[in-house]
Amino acid sequence: MPEITYRDAVIRGIAQEMTRDNDVVFLGEDVAKAGGVFKATVGLYEQFGPLRVRDTPISEQAILGAAMGAAMTGLKPIAEIMFSDFFAVCFDYIANEFPKSRYMSNGQTKCPLVVRTGNGAGSRFGAQHSQSVENWCMMIPGLKVVAPSSPVDVIGLLAAAVRDPDPVIFLEHKSLYPTKGEVPDGEIVDRLGTAKILRPGRDATILALALMVPRALEAAERLKAEHGIDCEVVDVRSLVPLDTQTILGSVAKTHRLFTVEENPRLCGWGAEIVSIVADEAFYDLDGPPVRITTPHIPLPAADILEDIVLPTPERIVDAVRRSLQG
Amino acid sequence: MATAQNRAQAVPGSGLNDDIGEDKRLAIYRSQLRIREAEQRAYDLFLQNLVKGTSHLSLGQEAVATGFAEAMQKGDLSFCTYRGHAHTLARGVSVEKVLGELMQRDNGLMRGKGGSMHLTSEAHGVMGSYAIIGAHLPIACGAAWRAQYKGDKDVSVCFFGDGTTNIGAFHEALNFAAVWKLPVVFVCENNLYMEYTPIGDVTAVPHPAADRAASYSLERIVIDGNDADVVYRTAQKAYAKARAGEGPSLIEALTYRHSGHSRADPAKYRPEGELEKWKERDPIKIYRERLKQFGVSDKVIAEIDADVRKEVDDATEACKAAPMPPLDILTTDVYADGGWAWRN
Ligand SMILES: Cc1ncc(C[n+]2csc(CCOP(=O)(O)OP(=O)(O)O)c2C)c(N)n1
Repeated sequence: MPEITYRDAVIRGIAQEMTRDNDVVFLGEDVAKAGGVFKATVGLYEQFGPLRVRDTPISEQAILGAAMGAAMTGLKPIAEIMFSDFFAVCFDYIANEFPKSRYMSNGQTKCPLVVRTGNGAGSRFGAQHSQSVENWCMMIPGLKVVAPSSPVDVIGLLAAAVRDPDPVIFLEHKSLYPTKGEVPDGEIVDRLGTAKILRPGRDATILALALMVPRALEAAERLKAEHGIDCEVVDVRSLVPLDTQTILGSVAKTHRLFTVEENPRLCGWGAEIVSIVADEAFYDLDGPPVRITTPHIPLPAADILEDIVLPTPERIVDAVRRSLQG
Repeated sequence: MATAQNRAQAVPGSGLNDDIGEDKRLAIYRSQLRIREAEQRAYDLFLQNLVKGTSHLSLGQEAVATGFAEAMQKGDLSFCTYRGHAHTLARGVSVEKVLGELMQRDNGLMRGKGGSMHLTSEAHGVMGSYAIIGAHLPIACGAAWRAQYKGDKDVSVCFFGDGTTNIGAFHEALNFAAVWKLPVVFVCENNLYMEYTPIGDVTAVPHPAADRAASYSLERIVIDGNDADVVYRTAQKAYAKARAGEGPSLIEALTYRHSGHSRADPAKYRPEGELEKWKERDPIKIYRERLKQFGVSDKVIAEIDADVRKEVDDATEACKAAPMPPLDILTTDVYADGGWAWRN
């Protein structure tokens, strides 16, 4: 299979859906002529033209509001918010408008849109351009929240998001854009709400999302090679809907749970999953679940500082080893 | 203002300007009165503890909602605020559906899931009332963008108050609509107050909407929002411009709310005599006189009055008799599959 980058997968995913359906339109800052700040939309303007790929002013509220109005009345917009940190500027739409319109109208209105954004740390951008905001979104009833870790998942989950009748927040990890993976030719459509077991194992379950997935995989290889611990790595992929079946199934098999989150520790998605496992599978556990997170601090800019706050393969190895071998 | 001129032209036998026609005039009168009576009733029902929560009445502002709605065509879309009863009724949603929602009954527009501040009726083009100030201006842009993209001829009309012009989304939406030349009409109902503070105390320009229009290369339009004919003609012009692909309009309609901001507000902050002065220019009073000037008989007017009162009485009784919503709707329609499940 040919390899492509995560960045090119974004372009291919959007192009696939725009080719399939004329109602799919795309808007954001610098996305058209300039091809996006992360170059994740290069060529779309040339391919689909100025009516379907539109540059907007620096108006995050207008971008998301317009996406909503268009979605309510028949289009399927994909809106780009350049950095996920800027969700705070247009959070009204994310928290109050998209997710509540269907419920408040007793099912009359719909909001089939996708908000794509560059999420996460690793680029030394500092505290206002590096956050992982999945937890901001996950807590809101009415939204779906997806964060792929590989090029093939980018295309498949983006297609699923565009075809989904609910508003979907699609979090692309900035540090993954240059990474490569195998992608088959032809149309790719995945399913939301499905976790993927990327590495089967017997001794412990490691749950990870986005950038933490390759780190968890690397940690699992080292745990096996250096400590004889055989870990199952599950890519959660979608926080809402959440595939608890796969997660609980894995815990039932390994009896140990580790979550790896690129988030400030407080109220992270890992806490929610730990609570579900404690509620529903407590007797499957042979030891306390362990959350590996960033500390509860804003993200620092310097590489030496940023590198130590994000969970690393070393930290994952260490946490699993200490928990299993004392 | 265009008002004085229009009123002069409207005098019968003076080369009068009856482009509106009797049928439309009677419809405009009926609609304003329906809003007045329904809102007055909502207030009475609140005093009887039958309307709960909050509600924001448009008593005194009926001409704006009516004039803009009567100039709309089927398929045009309205976006309103928490003060949206008037706009919703003006698009033809029944009094029973609106009162039912205010009374939290199962016959309400959203069966009690929306409430006073969240009226939606897609079938009537009422695309929701938004309780976060200014949120709906960008949303209206999006609906207008769809019309532009698909070659549909409908116009999106977005109502909001003077206080809303100081929120970021207002300015983002105006610029966005202007650069994309969207078929959207923004209607600021300047009733002189935000919640309790006079708009002039917190705004750098005297006309909070119109004085900003130039920033978005739009025409400065201020109209008499208490004269439904003026409103109607202004709306027609703006819609025609939008349908012709000539872009958005921003209209500031001067009006006044007779009641407080919400049902909890006795409006003590108003200077003495202000309300009385505006009541002389009550839109319904103005319109009743207008009808007479155009030769409509007292009898016809009295019939409409009686009709509307009966409609509101019947709706009230129907709502009183209606059951409360069943609890099983609590968890419906969070997601498009009809349910609320976020995990398997
Ligand atoms: C973002 C936001 N801030 C504040 C409020 C509280 N609030 C509700 S109505 C209102 C005043 C609005 O004034 P205006 O836009 O003039 O509308 P009017 O009530 O006069 O029709 C305020 C401040 C709100 N709903 N949303």
